[in-house]
Amino acid sequence: MARKMGFDAARHLLSRAGFGGSHAEIEAAAKRSTKDVVEDLIAQAKRGKMHEAAPSFVGEAPALLEMRSRRRELMAIKDPVEQEKKKDQMRREAIQTGIVRALEFKGWWVQEMVATTNPLTEKMLLFWHNHFTSSLQKVKSPVLLYNQHMMLRKHALGSFREMLAGVARDPAMILYLDNVSNRRRKPNENFARELLELFTLGEGHYTEKDIKEAARAFTGWTLDRKTGTFRFARGQHDYDEKTFMGKTGTLDGQDILDKLLELPQTSLYIVGKLWRAFVSQEPDEAEIARVAKVWRESDYDNAAMMRALLTSKAFYEPEYRGNQIKSPAELVIGSLRLFRVQFDKTNPIVGAMRRLGQDLFNPPNVKGWPGGNAWITSDSLLVRQQILTRVFRDPGNFPALVEEGWGALLDKKNAGNAKKRVDMLRRTIVPVEPIYSIADVSEDPFELVRQLALDPTYQLC
Amino acid sequence: MDRRHFLKMAGLTSMVMMSPLDALGASGKRRVLVLVELKGGNDGLNTVVPFADSAYYRLRPGIALKKDEVLKLDEKVGLHPSLKGLHASFKKDELAIVQGVGYDDPNRSHFRSIEIWETASKSDEFLEDGWLARAMGNKRSGDLLLDGVSVGEQDPGPMRGDPHILTFSNPEQLTRASKQLLRPTDARSENDALMHILDTQREILRASSGIEKKLADAPSLGVSFPGSRLGKELEVAARLIVSEVPVMVIRVSHGSFDTHANQQGQHARLLEQLDEALVAFRKSLIKHSRWSDTMVMTYSEFGRRASQNASRGTDHGTAAPHFLMGGKIKGGLHGQAPSLTDLAGGDLKHHVDFRTLYSTAATGWLGLKADELKTYKPLPIF
Repeated sequence: MARKMGFDAARHLLSRAGFGGSHAEIEAAAKRSTKDVVEDLIAQAKRGKMHEAAPSFVGEAPALLEMRSRRRELMAIKDPVEQEKKKDQMRREAIQTGIVRALEFKGWWVQEMVATTNPLTEKMLLFWHNHFTSSLQKVKSPVLLYNQHMMLRKHALGSFREMLAGVARDPAMILYLDNVSNRRRKPNENFARELLELFTLGEGHYTEKDIKEAARAFTGWTLDRKTGTFRFARGQHDYDEKTFMGKTGTLDGQDILDKLLELPQTSLYIVGKLWRAFVSQEPDEAEIARVAKVWRESDYDNAAMMRALLTSKAFYEPEYRGNQIKSPAELVIGSLRLFRVQFDKTNPIVGAMRRLGQDLFNPPNVKGWPGGNAWITSDSLLVRQQILTRVFRDPGNFPALVEEGWGALLDKKNAGNAKKRVDMLRRTIVPVEPIYSIADVSEDPFELVRQLALDPTYQLC
Repeated sequence: MDRRHFLKMAGLTSMVMMSPLDALGASGKRRVLVLVELKGGNDGLNTVVPFADSAYYRLRPGIALKKDEVLKLDEKVGLHPSLKGLHASFKKDELAIVQGVGYDDPNRSHFRSIEIWETASKSDEFLEDGWLARAMGNKRSGDLLLDGVSVGEQDPGPMRGDPHILTFSNPEQLTRASKQLLRPTDARSENDALMHILDTQREILRASSGIEKKLADAPSLGVSFPGSRLGKELEVAARLIVSEVPVMVIRVSHGSFDTHANQQGQHARLLEQLDEALVAFRKSLIKHSRWSDTMVMTYSEFGRRASQNASRGTDHGTAAPHFLMGGKIKGGLHGQAPSLTDLAGGDLKHHVDFRTLYSTAATGWLGLKADELKTYKPLPIF
């Protein structure tokens, strides 16, 4: 019989591999072995069951196609004044539709993250979205970004080899990094550069020549604007000989991707990022190398990588507990889940996350959100406290918890003992000793929960 | 070591070698830089108008400003008729106009181009911290209460990454919010993330109570500001300066200047609001003897294309003129008006790198030692 995880380790795992857990969920995991709990998390994620149905706009033509058909409509108007009016109206409509769909799309993901029974998938997706970045601001088509999201979702705990192949052929990515204008006679290096610098090797592990050669290999990898799907434009592809990372031949994009996966640096770079996202801002090079090796030897099975990370001794080191600042997603989604806050509209939640610096599907640039301590600025700290203060002004915001006497956060049989009550809530809600002393001022657990949620340590993951 | 950490250490040594005296203005008071962001990309050609160039009228038959309506600066260029106050400042020699400001390999996305302006990066380089955050260093020096304040806009833009800045629309609201939301503590922690939160919290409380004290002792401005958003923001800026809150930079913003269609009316209104707000701002600072310690500087993600589009508007372009004004500023025209016949794919070619404005502001005006701007010689306007 393997050793039990224990409460604090279980809490740590659930808050990193998910959005945290209720007292009961942590207790349940605490009684089992680390290996079993991690295996369950992965198995559940691999089943890939989703809670939400697709957003309403999915299945519609990509916005690009729409624009084209509407241009025809516009040209049909002969009177230039009328045409101008129509054009103005169309522009306003397009902006309006874009805003509505973008909000629905972001709200859809929020809803999924709140409702899901397999949070590991969502945490992996937040990671991949921040790695293979694309933004609505540039791509402008929620449908294409949804397709990208679903492609990442499919491989989130599957094969990175397939994910990388999918990314290079992903229409949203092709638009985001300008591979649409990467043509034989006039290569555009944007995708090739970010592929090497941000998606695989990391800065300093390639030459400018490698970028130029890789860009040539991806010429003609474009999209069909009618269907919004990948298209290989033969006429635009450079069939001449290229040399990339010591490999010479009439290389195409897939050859470049294959070569990148032959280089151990790719796994070291990505696992380094994984470490920052899931463990600590301070790298442990030996651990990163170990997990990277497991990942390579599994032919880039993301589940094998996560298993190696989440079952390692290093992951549970006390110095890594509560040492990360919650991202806006972790803070907002985690709070909604833990306190079972009722909401009927997702727009305010999406808005709060944007206000806190994480506008889903709109990373600040191709490098993604910097994360770590950068999540907390003077502005965002005030906003974080303001949101929490507002939510905790009224127990009525937590009808589910009130009804069952805060049972999701408290183990009923000990809830009557003041000292145990404080201890239990504290160990569930915050990862380290609170900064302010927590006064058990009443028999009402709400006041205790409120104090803990407003303590600076609640911002830690 | 990560970049942020590195900057923190660098900030301690080389980046803030400012002696307090360098930053003192004529009145012996601290100099302030006021940044006015023209959001959305201001149309430079209809702001500083090349009225003597027939190509201007050829490129913009529907939106060009007539020769007899522009406010002449010299025999070639004049200001948009909305900019009466700025024109008067130019005549008084307090307004420097830098023409043809831009950067190599221009990007035409609002989002990306303003990021390039905010971080002073190259066109294909991604930097996290704003140029002012780097120039001011990550360490507060001397008697400063804060490095900077972003009024209104929550994203501090060019000050992003500087821990010693605050963002607020209204100082009273900030004081109230920080008192309500944050409890004082002198707790410390080995946990780096927790320590960062505690430090940020203390920084907000310290700075907001400092501002509150200064404002409590300050005289009222005695000048009425226009009711536009920019008017309100510049009023807050004036209050901070008049009450002598020790701060280096105040950023306000105005717009949107993204005039793709029927731009004439909209552009005239925006420039009028800019003009009126700056007139009130100047007046209040003169009244309280702070105009000589203040430099206003505009910036924007790009100018617009040389020719009008089919909707009597203009699309995203490149180079544009910018304004620098203040009681100590030597006025005049600087840089070079971009040629309207030698275009790069329909876009104006720039003659002045935008970082020249930054070195003028950071080293020339504020007296900061900003090594990375060394290659850009400050403009001779002081």
